[in-house]
Amino acid sequence: MKPAPFAYHRPSGLDEVLELLAVHGADAKLLAGGQSLLPLMNFRLSRPAHVIDVNRVAALDYEQALDDAREGGQRLVLGALTRHRRLTEPGFERRCRLLSLVGPWIGHPQIRTRGTLGGSIAHADSAAELPGALLALDGEVLVASSRGERVIAARDLFVHHLTTTLEDDEVITGVRIPVPAGREGCGFAEVAARRGDFALAGAMVRLSAAPAGDGSLAEARVVLIGAGPTPLRVEAAERPLLEGGVTPASLEALEAAVRSGVDPTPQQAASREYLVRVAGTLARRAAEQAGADLAARLGDDAAGRENGSRHGR
Amino acid sequence: MGAESTSTTPRDDPAAQHAEPAAERLETTFELNGSGVRLEVAPRMLLTDALRQAGAHGTRAGCEHGVCGACTVLLDGEPVRSCLMLAVQADGCRVETVESLAAADGSLDPLQDAFHRHHGLQCGFCTGGILMSLTALLREDPAPSEALVRDTLQGHLCRCTGYQQMIDAVLELAGGAGGPPGAPDADGSTAGGAGR
Repeated sequence: MKPAPFAYHRPSGLDEVLELLAVHGADAKLLAGGQSLLPLMNFRLSRPAHVIDVNRVAALDYEQALDDAREGGQRLVLGALTRHRRLTEPGFERRCRLLSLVGPWIGHPQIRTRGTLGGSIAHADSAAELPGALLALDGEVLVASSRGERVIAARDLFVHHLTTTLEDDEVITGVRIPVPAGREGCGFAEVAARRGDFALAGAMVRLSAAPAGDGSLAEARVVLIGAGPTPLRVEAAERPLLEGGVTPASLEALEAAVRSGVDPTPQQAASREYLVRVAGTLARRAAEQAGADLAARLGDDAAGRENGSRHGR
Repeated sequence: MGAESTSTTPRDDPAAQHAEPAAERLETTFELNGSGVRLEVAPRMLLTDALRQAGAHGTRAGCEHGVCGACTVLLDGEPVRSCLMLAVQADGCRVETVESLAAADGSLDPLQDAFHRHHGLQCGFCTGGILMSLTALLREDPAPSEALVRDTLQGHLCRCTGYQQMIDAVLELAGGAGGPPGAPDADGSTAGGAGR
């Protein structure tokens, strides 16, 4: 249970990382939090000849709010070295509600101190929370190599179990997430053998209110984790929510759509039949939670307006 | 302890057993429980093994893939799995292990003492890691809720299954002398623990 020998590199700048990747890319692994890579190396399932430790690359550890000229909104940009722990800090829910909701479910506290956003997404475990959240948020990854930079949308990133469209010489430098202009409600549910272990399956639902404020939905996302070879967006499950809001009938339709839309890989602890069933149930719970979350926030707004008008008198 | 010449291959040095060339060994320097440590290690040596080589045997190598928590130490104050870190990554960092808790004369720190009184350990293999996770928790929040204590303990496996006594020990400490008066049910859970 020790890693096979490798050459260790500890660059301090991004340029140096890109140079190392250009030379060693095919035989190299990037080491960020190490919470997925080191278990694989300890088991000798991964035997990279070169390990490039990016933990001291300051250019990968940042947070920015960018104005989005195209849509008049904002985008949140999080550096690849953002530790999971940051997502659980008080106040983070104001920056990204869904990430703050899934944060406490990523591994254990002792994993969250080290594990990183970029690392989890590059590792692309279909049962992990962050790849799914990136998809549900319509997020993008910012990628660099010695050949240049590019942006990959979440929907174009995940290919199969532990497989992405990243090239051998590329590094994720950050993650870009649109910040909705209107109110948003989020829900998340998962099952695992022990909380903090890898999920058997999970579901996240994100609902955006229409700007009209009449309670109708502008956007709905239903994403399942552990229910296919990649995190899976089930558009057929979004339609009933968009058409009728969160009601007993739309939840029924959502649950059925999820069960016919997922493609889980059986595991030792969970048969395909079980995973299909539980995916539907989890999606329903996440949708209920998202609906209640959105209603509460719209209620806060209404109360705020009332208070404001009273003060105005 | 550490920094051996590479011509000797002590049995307790897993990296040396694989007889890697001397050129592959890197110097790593960190603070271990308040004292400076300098080791020459193969890049692949896990922090767990380096700590044990440096004499901190309370850090256990359990599952060695981040599941059991027995190797948990504090790195710059935060709990981490030392089996999921390379020794060279601790270079320049501050590491605290279970050896740092008791005073020099062997008297237990309040958390250890509470574990002792509540029978919060049986075989003790998992205890070093658990104490370090809970030490970090108590520094951040001296009166954590039971939910938070449970959340912290979920990152640890105890095969003697003594979790409830550990929870009782921490909650007693959280609501105990010097703590905020009237912490809900702290007395009740203490009495329950003592009765077991």
